[in-house]
Amino acid sequence: MTNTTDIELNEFREGVSAWFNENKPSVPGFLLPETFMEVGTDLQFEFLRDWQRKVYEAGYLGMAWPEEYGGRGMPQVFQDIATQEMASQRLPFMPNTIGLNWAGPLILKMGTEEDKQKYIKNILSAEDIWCQGFSEPEAGSDLGNSQCRAVRDGDDYVINGSKIWTSLGTYAKYMILLARTSSSGANKYAGLSYFLAPMQVEGIDPKPIQKLTGEYGFCQTYFDDARIPADCLMGSEGDGWNIAMVTLTFERGATGGQAGGIATMELSINDVVELSRRAMRNGKPAIEDPHIRSQLVQLMTESRGNQLMSARARIPALATDWPAAVPMSGKLRGSELKRRMCQLAVSLQGANGARFVSEEAIDGGKWQRSYFNSFSGTIGGGTSEIQHNIVGERVLGLPKS
Amino acid sequence: MSDQIAFSEEQAMLLDTATEFCRKHSPIETVRARLGADQIDAATWQEITALGWLGINVAEEFGGLGLGLSCVVPVAESMGRYLMGSPYSGAIIASECLATSGSRTQKEEWLPKIVSGAIGSMALTEPNGSWLLDEIGAQAVERADRLELSGTKCFVTDADTSDFCIVSVNVEAQARLVLVKREQIPAGNLHREVVIDETRRSYQLDLDGITVPLDQLLKGSDFQAIEFASLLLLSAEIAGGLVGSIHTIVEYLNTRKAFDKVIGSYQALKHPTVKILLDLEAMRSHLYHAATRLAEGNTDEAEVALRMAKAHGSAAFAFAGDRAVQFHGGFGFTYDCDAQLYLRRALWCQYQFGDEAYHRHLLEPMLLDQTG
Repeated sequence: MTNTTDIELNEFREGVSAWFNENKPSVPGFLLPETFMEVGTDLQFEFLRDWQRKVYEAGYLGMAWPEEYGGRGMPQVFQDIATQEMASQRLPFMPNTIGLNWAGPLILKMGTEEDKQKYIKNILSAEDIWCQGFSEPEAGSDLGNSQCRAVRDGDDYVINGSKIWTSLGTYAKYMILLARTSSSGANKYAGLSYFLAPMQVEGIDPKPIQKLTGEYGFCQTYFDDARIPADCLMGSEGDGWNIAMVTLTFERGATGGQAGGIATMELSINDVVELSRRAMRNGKPAIEDPHIRSQLVQLMTESRGNQLMSARARIPALATDWPAAVPMSGKLRGSELKRRMCQLAVSLQGANGARFVSEEAIDGGKWQRSYFNSFSGTIGGGTSEIQHNIVGERVLGLPKS
Repeated sequence: MSDQIAFSEEQAMLLDTATEFCRKHSPIETVRARLGADQIDAATWQEITALGWLGINVAEEFGGLGLGLSCVVPVAESMGRYLMGSPYSGAIIASECLATSGSRTQKEEWLPKIVSGAIGSMALTEPNGSWLLDEIGAQAVERADRLELSGTKCFVTDADTSDFCIVSVNVEAQARLVLVKREQIPAGNLHREVVIDETRRSYQLDLDGITVPLDQLLKGSDFQAIEFASLLLLSAEIAGGLVGSIHTIVEYLNTRKAFDKVIGSYQALKHPTVKILLDLEAMRSHLYHAATRLAEGNTDEAEVALRMAKAHGSAAFAFAGDRAVQFHGGFGFTYDCDAQLYLRRALWCQYQFGDEAYHRHLLEPMLLDQTG
């Protein structure tokens, strides 16, 4: 039985591998972004959206999502294989990240039948791009403090305020929006509500923000008496905080159910090792520098440990003292590791470490750009400092800070 | 591709039983009462023997359970968690050494004895503190059908109560292993050492004047097997020690108040504690990955995993012990505070069989210079 399945899976893997090999897009004449948060030009966006549609139409996205909504209703393992294949062939990522990984699984878990019929298929095909409206200029990691208001007026809610760090804001058709419907209530969380809000209505204005890299990729979204239909409300008024927390478990990868496909161009420590053979320090490849060698091995050790953790956490007997430690720290570990790998990559380059995106820079300056962009991981979705608090409080049982 | 980490029912059962056993037999009061003890805890040793734990890694033909070294890991980890002082690890490494380097006759003579409670210990390190196991100053010279030993060994744990020691020596410029029985060591040749981890009963062994029959020279000289077993058991002890130190820190952080707040609410204390937890998660993953590869006989991958486990674990446990003392404030500066027990244990583990810098350096060519 096991053997038959293994054989089936192997055949499937071969098929996927062959398809991606034949159909992968040719290298564009511009530097591609590495995550959905870095899509800064129409050229980049169209390229990636076309690619996602092609992958979906080939049947390699949303494979484990229900057939009646546009998925294929297959066991998760098939999607995992397809996703692994996309990663190992280093293919471009699926740009509708928020739809595929956060909004989609949320709608499947908590949405109405109507929501599922309306949204799921177009998330998969990238027909409808989704964005997220959680953070505000005055409420970063402190989501509960959101001030953006939604006031019921007849069959509509009227939205006023602003949201920040809206990736793909100018391309999005929908936003998962956390807004305040009440200022009274037991605490600041009680007045929050959750909307599946249309973006292309009068009064909603996403304005691109220039990032520390000098590029664009995020928006600040302004709401000025924007009217959205009342049936965009998910759950009831006041459910917003709980639904946002469920969304964050999808975002942080603590819960499965995502559509699959890669969301970023993964950076591996092996890429940094490869760079260390080419980058020169004082006339010699960086890999010959004893100090660099030690740092490379240390990061390889951490990186391997990080990978092995999920395998170990699946064994209940080996996760008894703090069973939530591994699942709840995924974002913290991954984003901090990536930031440090990028730092090390820049340090391999001698004086050229001081260059930035340009022809003269090593690999066109992508390492410097990646280092700067890596802060999106250590800041977005709850800063590393907040993540430390969360792990300390919910995993170790320490008192709130 | 095989699983990155396999964990058998036997391992799960042993982890369960051993955790409970050590919790019961090695509460912190007992650990403290036994600091610097003259004798091993004979009653506990008898129980450990009766449980069959000394035979876990010994082949069935020699009276053991034949489960392999990977099944010893949960036991060593549990002992580490409760800071148990025991000749267990030394005995396991000695039996592993006999199994890999002993002749048929030597195995038949000693392995069944170990399974039924004979204590073995390893005499490898010398006063220069080198971690290179096959670079040896001690000598064994053949004279009149006997081997005459000379030189000095240190960090021989429980040497006074051991039924035998396995000693590394040079024989005609070859690194070899020789078994020395307790009765062949004159009383004056053993000196108790003052070591940082007071749960350890450590001895200096002067080899001058000791002679043994030729047939006590082990047939083989598999130093790699000794190193692997030692790294595995030390890493297991480190993983357990990290668990124990985190519990100790968290308990204090949840009770002690300063400036009207429970100190665990201060991020300056909370965040490093989370770092310790995540270091534990990583090093424990390396540890069980190493055990998995060893059990499969994949020595290349096992070596990488072992050195990663020991490197990551050494640094993490030393950090945990260091922070445990600091976070206890003034109390942490006293002998009465348990934080020092973990710090001392951490430093012992860090400096036995190579610290993090040493293992990283050995990993460099393995990870960075392979071609293709």
